[in-house]
Amino acid sequence: MFLITCPFCGEREETEFSYGHEAHIARPENPENLSDAEWADYLFMRKNTKGVHLERWVHTAGCRRWFNAARNTHTNEILAIYKMGEQPPQEIKAMIEKGKKS
Amino acid sequence: MSQSHRLMDGGRIDRSKQIDFYFNGRLMSGYQGDTLASALLANGVNLIGRSFKYHRPRGIVTAGTEEPNALVQLERGARTISNMLATRIPLYEGLDASSVNCWPSPTYDVMAVNGLFHRILPAGFYYKTFMWPVSGWKVYEHFIRRAAGLGKSPEEPDADTYDKMNAHADVVIVGAGPSGLSAARAAAATGARVILVDEQPELGGQLLNEKFEIDDKPATDWVTEVEKELMANPDVTILRHTTAFGYYDHNFLGLLQNRSDNVAYGQDGRTRQRVWRVRAKRVILATGAIERPLIYSDNDRPGCMLASALRAYVNRYGVTPGKRHVIFTNNDDAYRSALDLKAAGAVVACVIDVRKDPSGELVTRAIEAGIEVIDNSAITGVLGTKKIRGVEVMKLTDDGENVTGKARTISCDTIGSSGGWNPVVHLHSHSAGKNTWRDEDGVFVPGDTLQAEAACGAANGSFSLSQALNEGDFAGLDAASKLGMTAKTRPSVAKATSDVEETPWRTLWYIPTTKPAGQRGKHFLDQQNDVTVADVQLAAREGYRSVEHAKRYTTLGMATDQGKTGNIPGHAILSAALGQTIPQTGTTTFRPPYSPVTMGALAGRAVGEFFDPIRRTPMHDWHEQAGCKWEDVSQWRRPWYYPQDGESMQDAVSRECLAVRNAVGMLDATTLGKIDIQGPDAAEFLNRVYTNAWSKLAPGKCRYGLMLGEDGMVMDDGVTSCLAENHYLMTTTSGGAPRVMAWLEEWLQTEWPELKVYLTSVTEQFATLQLAGPNARDLLSEFTTDIDLDPDAFPFMAWRDGTVGGIPARVYRISFTGELSYEINVPASCGLALWTDIMNAGEKYGITPFGTETMHVLRAEKGFIIVGQETDGTVTPIDLGMDWIVSKKKPDFIGKRSLSREDTARDDRKHLVGLRTVDPTEVLPEGGQIVAATRPEPPMDMIGHVTSSYWSAALNHSIALAVVKNGRNRKGDTVYVPLKDKTVACEIVDPIFYDPEGSRMNG
Repeated sequence: MFLITCPFCGEREETEFSYGHEAHIARPENPENLSDAEWADYLFMRKNTKGVHLERWVHTAGCRRWFNAARNTHTNEILAIYKMGEQPPQEIKAMIEKGKKS
Repeated sequence: MSQSHRLMDGGRIDRSKQIDFYFNGRLMSGYQGDTLASALLANGVNLIGRSFKYHRPRGIVTAGTEEPNALVQLERGARTISNMLATRIPLYEGLDASSVNCWPSPTYDVMAVNGLFHRILPAGFYYKTFMWPVSGWKVYEHFIRRAAGLGKSPEEPDADTYDKMNAHADVVIVGAGPSGLSAARAAAATGARVILVDEQPELGGQLLNEKFEIDDKPATDWVTEVEKELMANPDVTILRHTTAFGYYDHNFLGLLQNRSDNVAYGQDGRTRQRVWRVRAKRVILATGAIERPLIYSDNDRPGCMLASALRAYVNRYGVTPGKRHVIFTNNDDAYRSALDLKAAGAVVACVIDVRKDPSGELVTRAIEAGIEVIDNSAITGVLGTKKIRGVEVMKLTDDGENVTGKARTISCDTIGSSGGWNPVVHLHSHSAGKNTWRDEDGVFVPGDTLQAEAACGAANGSFSLSQALNEGDFAGLDAASKLGMTAKTRPSVAKATSDVEETPWRTLWYIPTTKPAGQRGKHFLDQQNDVTVADVQLAAREGYRSVEHAKRYTTLGMATDQGKTGNIPGHAILSAALGQTIPQTGTTTFRPPYSPVTMGALAGRAVGEFFDPIRRTPMHDWHEQAGCKWEDVSQWRRPWYYPQDGESMQDAVSRECLAVRNAVGMLDATTLGKIDIQGPDAAEFLNRVYTNAWSKLAPGKCRYGLMLGEDGMVMDDGVTSCLAENHYLMTTTSGGAPRVMAWLEEWLQTEWPELKVYLTSVTEQFATLQLAGPNARDLLSEFTTDIDLDPDAFPFMAWRDGTVGGIPARVYRISFTGELSYEINVPASCGLALWTDIMNAGEKYGITPFGTETMHVLRAEKGFIIVGQETDGTVTPIDLGMDWIVSKKKPDFIGKRSLSREDTARDDRKHLVGLRTVDPTEVLPEGGQIVAATRPEPPMDMIGHVTSSYWSAALNHSIALAVVKNGRNRKGDTVYVPLKDKTVACEIVDPIFYDPEGSRMNG
């Protein structure tokens, strides 16, 4: 049972939130120009990371706002919370880079 | 029956308070402070039940939660609970318990014949035997279901109530033994908010079972002092008789508090149990340790117990488990049992020690007390089945793998064995903590953790009392200091003045006999699931190398006790059979719950009417009075149909259908989801979420829209109206409203934040009355003067503002029935008044209230889909024949690209079609599978299924909608729906059965 800090409401129980898959997957600008394979990649393919994962959550039973979270999927530690449209903090990017190398 | 095994004095029981109880229908008595187990032993009863697989007679093994055998069915009728541990039930007046898994009694058990066939009941027996032939399962299942299983499920609704509590704490301490109490004291002194939890009804943990001294006084005096101190502190919550059953992410714990177990159930007006949901800043695990048995031949006979349990019964309950006791050990600690028994006046026949020349202080004391110590020896056999008559003892070889010399028989009725202690690392494991193998004494101790957690005392592998007191104190202070809290005056740490130096254990996982395992008696590892050493060795021989696989194959540790006593020895035996070390083999993962939790407690108050909220429309009471039958549509309760005296459902629905087709009907359509959409980009937004175009929809107009998922599959539908420039009202399906709202919000917030669009759910602000039928216009005209109902002024797919019956209203001319139809929206508070007025005035027009079933029939006659009935998440608009609503001009909308994917663009997908049964009176079952050609018996190639099917009163024949492979190109073909007792032939037809030109609803 996670304790999640909604950027608008503060710390709340996981039961108030809904999970919304991997973050930073932008919808393609011109889907019609994509091949079936490229469209399928957008539509179906998601990372299954062990380690730092950037993902979206929504405070369903609260303010109903979406936000991003960086969570270590192994420890379930929530490392950062940042708003929609924002990029993950530098230190999170560094952790992800480091994870890739090792 | 007299308490033949009760001591004259001693123990924590109150001999002035006698308690009468029943076991297997026999009246017995015990004392206040007893558990059911101690009271049974006091009465000389130690045959409690029969084992799971072999139906071997079994007795009490332990004095605690780790008990594998002493399961009972507690109480009868609505209050019965199965598989309760006799060792954990505080005795109360009138308690009524009986044995499980035996018939007619534990003494004479019919199924014990299984024991004679043990050679055909090895590990994996079910997998091997019952998987072939497949048809045999029908025969075997009957036998297995009868033979297997433990207690019986209650057959009546639970008579008790349960509740829940949410709590936060700075420090949660699990376990109120010496280390837990020490930790609580230290943490509380800093001002931290502390919750102290213990599964026993009183504090003290293992100290309650021991004759230890702290600060030169009985240890229980210290417990009383600390308890007094903690209770005086308002920041300390003590939860007795409460089990921490689960430890989850982010320091969240589930606790199960027994609130009324020590009185007859339900007699004190309290909830029986309470689940505490606790979020802790720090957690201290002071969960102690569980003694592990030595695994000797026939170690499951009633009277084979843990050494520590013997002294627990003597010291705490004033009961001697037997008349003549033997202690069998690999360590010094078990000598305490011999000494405590002897001191209480009980007979100790001898101590059998697997070690050569044991020399610890406790050993010396035992010898001085006149107890015979037989060293370097092992029990090689237990005499007696329902009651022990004695043991056979032989010398061990130097490597401990064999026995040698001549067997000596020692007469006894009770054996207490000790193979050392295992730290209770379960909670640590629940929250993904790792366990570390400590080779010198062969135990897993808590290793790395992901939580803000520390273990102390025996739970941390520190088994002496002084270690427990010191580590507890440190853990308490450390937890507080990590939260920035310090004590002004630090309580002094108590001193364990009875501690003595102990010598090392001798790790011997398997106690040999003169024959290989399984050939001379059975060495039980998991007594509850009847798993033996031979079973584990067999699994290893058959190639089960992973401990997780071996566990599932043998069922080792999979019973209700989760192998609290036998798991580690079992893993050790597996490791030896695989020729590897225990850390190489690893251990299975402990998962919640630590001990069984009742379903009632987990449900709490969310039962009956509180299970799920019910949403009622403003006209609910009218429907109720009209005697409607209800249909649950998500949380809404909608009128299904309104039967009149003696009418069947079909009669009522046919009558309602004909009324709408021939006169006028009224439906409560309040439940349709309504979302108010405003903003300068509202039209653009609709363009993106619907398949059709919205830019040109003028104020006063309505349009039907279809919403797809990004995968191109139909997700929801409904009519959206343009209320004004940049202002729309979207309707959704009744059940889909919350999902659609969340969907729209997600796109606006995550993908299109630049769009200026605002959404508000307004579903419950309006009552919606749907008038449908040729008389609808005449009836409505009686209620409004300011809305021009002339078809030219107010055409189909338009809406008008005005007043209806003097109430401000918005009227939509839309139709789901195929008839002339108006949906009148008024403020919710006026819904019932208007409904009643229209019903009264409508009498002369033949008005008939109709429910969802009639609505479904009427729309099916028109071939209108219901999302979730004709669609199931795999259906595109093209599949439905609704390509007319999919814009070819719009460059993009959600799901558009997916419609041209290779698979979605196939022209032989399943298409929506109509079905006409050859026999017009035959109504197909919905979900019926469709085949192109029948065979004498299944399997047959299925080409689709029936999605909707009704009797059409208007057409006087049955109708059905279906999705059929390549259905649009099969019109006129005959297909078949094979049913259990017949096969129904049908013709594939157009899905629109009634008024295909739409002249009625447009008129």
